[in-house]
Amino acid sequence: MSTAAAALSNTQLDRSIRHTVTIYLKEAKYEFLKSLRLRVYTLSVISFPLMFYVLFGLVLNAKEMIGATGVPTYLIATYGTFGVMGASLFGTASGLAADRGLGWLQVKRASPMPPFAYFTAKVFLSMIFSAIVVSLLLVLGISFGGVRLPLAEMAKLLGTLVAGSLPFSAMGLAIGYFAGPNSAPAAINLIYLPLSFCSGLWVPYMFLPKLVRQIALALPPYHLSQLALGIVGAGRHEPAATHWEVLLAFTLICLGVARIGFQRDQGKLYG
Amino acid sequence: MIATLQETQGIQQASSGAVVASLEGVSKNYGEVRALRNVNFTVGAGQVVALLGPNGAGKTTAVKLLLGLIQPNFGKTRVFGGDPTNPQNRMRTGAMLQVGKVPETLRVREHIDLFSSYYLKPLPLEEVLAAAGLEKLRERKFGDLSGGQRQRTLFALAICGNPDLLFLDEPTVGLDVEARRALWEEIRRLVERGKTVLLTTHYLEEADALADRIAVINQGEIIAEGTPAEIKSQTSGKRIRCITKLSVAALLQIPGVSSAKQDREAVEIHAAEAEPVLRILLMRDPSLSGLEIASAGLEEAFLALTQDNGQNGNH
Repeated sequence: MSTAAAALSNTQLDRSIRHTVTIYLKEAKYEFLKSLRLRVYTLSVISFPLMFYVLFGLVLNAKEMIGATGVPTYLIATYGTFGVMGASLFGTASGLAADRGLGWLQVKRASPMPPFAYFTAKVFLSMIFSAIVVSLLLVLGISFGGVRLPLAEMAKLLGTLVAGSLPFSAMGLAIGYFAGPNSAPAAINLIYLPLSFCSGLWVPYMFLPKLVRQIALALPPYHLSQLALGIVGAGRHEPAATHWEVLLAFTLICLGVARIGFQRDQGKLYG
Repeated sequence: MIATLQETQGIQQASSGAVVASLEGVSKNYGEVRALRNVNFTVGAGQVVALLGPNGAGKTTAVKLLLGLIQPNFGKTRVFGGDPTNPQNRMRTGAMLQVGKVPETLRVREHIDLFSSYYLKPLPLEEVLAAAGLEKLRERKFGDLSGGQRQRTLFALAICGNPDLLFLDEPTVGLDVEARRALWEEIRRLVERGKTVLLTTHYLEEADALADRIAVINQGEIIAEGTPAEIKSQTSGKRIRCITKLSVAALLQIPGVSSAKQDREAVEIHAAEAEPVLRILLMRDPSLSGLEIASAGLEEAFLALTQDNGQNGNH
């Protein structure tokens, strides 16, 4: 709303900032409760990365080294990226596609809900579940994989990966605006699984075929995983700024696409 | 925008009888489908207005336009004198829409808590639960509710913000008779408190029971508008149903009979007055049986109206 209109607006119908903050918090709280009770979401988002990690990082290759880094440590960074991607894509896209396609978002849009609160809640949910996945990976690695990292590094790893939820939440919003309510989970998997493989999240980057290694450089999960690997001393020594720039650009592109979908749903273009 | 807001304030001060919501020459197309054609329609403050029509007539489109969820191709939609998408108008409106899927893992109480938080002066939770008949279901997850209970929860979400204007799109679909009557009572109570209600329905009885004004809508056009009595008077007369040996052609010869048609084993006759027709009927066919006489109610009025206008009646 323009400042002129805001100044003119009837105070009786305006919310206080505190009220607005309360709405954002409630929206986030119920988004979290809603998903936490949804077993499909919690199980698939949390258990897949953990299962992979236990199998390939703890059972099979626990004593191996990749460069100077132990496999259990290396894989926390890559499966962490994998987990963050899953939590973020499923946390945003499938819910949004279902809410849009089956009428619930219209009920919310007809109410005085601040539209941004709805999206913030989904991004918040993605970050919370990302944090849960990464923390559990760390706990497993420390308990069973002999992972030893200074506390500051662990905090940095967690923080970086959770921040890395943002580009994939943005991607999820874009997918959610253009996928149907039933096809969204399939669409996510179709993007998520090949992207994970090609970015070196399952098979470490250096073991990928040469062609895939070249493709990886263009993929956002590759850049997030390199940031995470850099923290545990297993990165490819590219400048961290480049990774952040790629992720930022990717986020902006996805938000732009999501915005087009948002405006299409509103039935008009602003401007 | 500035003009809009000034008008909003003007309307707030206006006495009852002011126009709260209106469609002015509105047309809405979905691709090739013309959902609404040049519709003019107003809802006055404190009224219950029913949009009555068959499925696909354009009722839901009209509601969505007034909620600002979709934009018209032509014409103007106004709520409280301004643009329906104005956030301040939304603060004063509540809506019950037809929804395919509501988050199923949240409890009734939680859904209401969240929607109440959007409004400035929401009703207390207990009051909302009581109004929607959900006291015993407050801890139930939405996914565990029956169809009727789900409708009542959506109704609760529409009223929890204590809005001045309520849009109810097919509010009693899926409700049993008892629950339907309870919801009617609740709607009447809202109107007593000065609320304005626009409801859509294809239940003729519902429009008759609740509305001050009825707009009959068919194939995207409003084909009749008035009080329930006025709508009914547009096709006055009686409906006579009986089993008789007399042919339809013979029945049509009887003075006062406006129409007659075979309906399974019986015939259905429409006449301005029943008694003179009955005298002749009973005289000519002593074996006549299964006699029923009814006023041409809203249902007949509705059928007559929609058949006159649509070319595709049922014969």
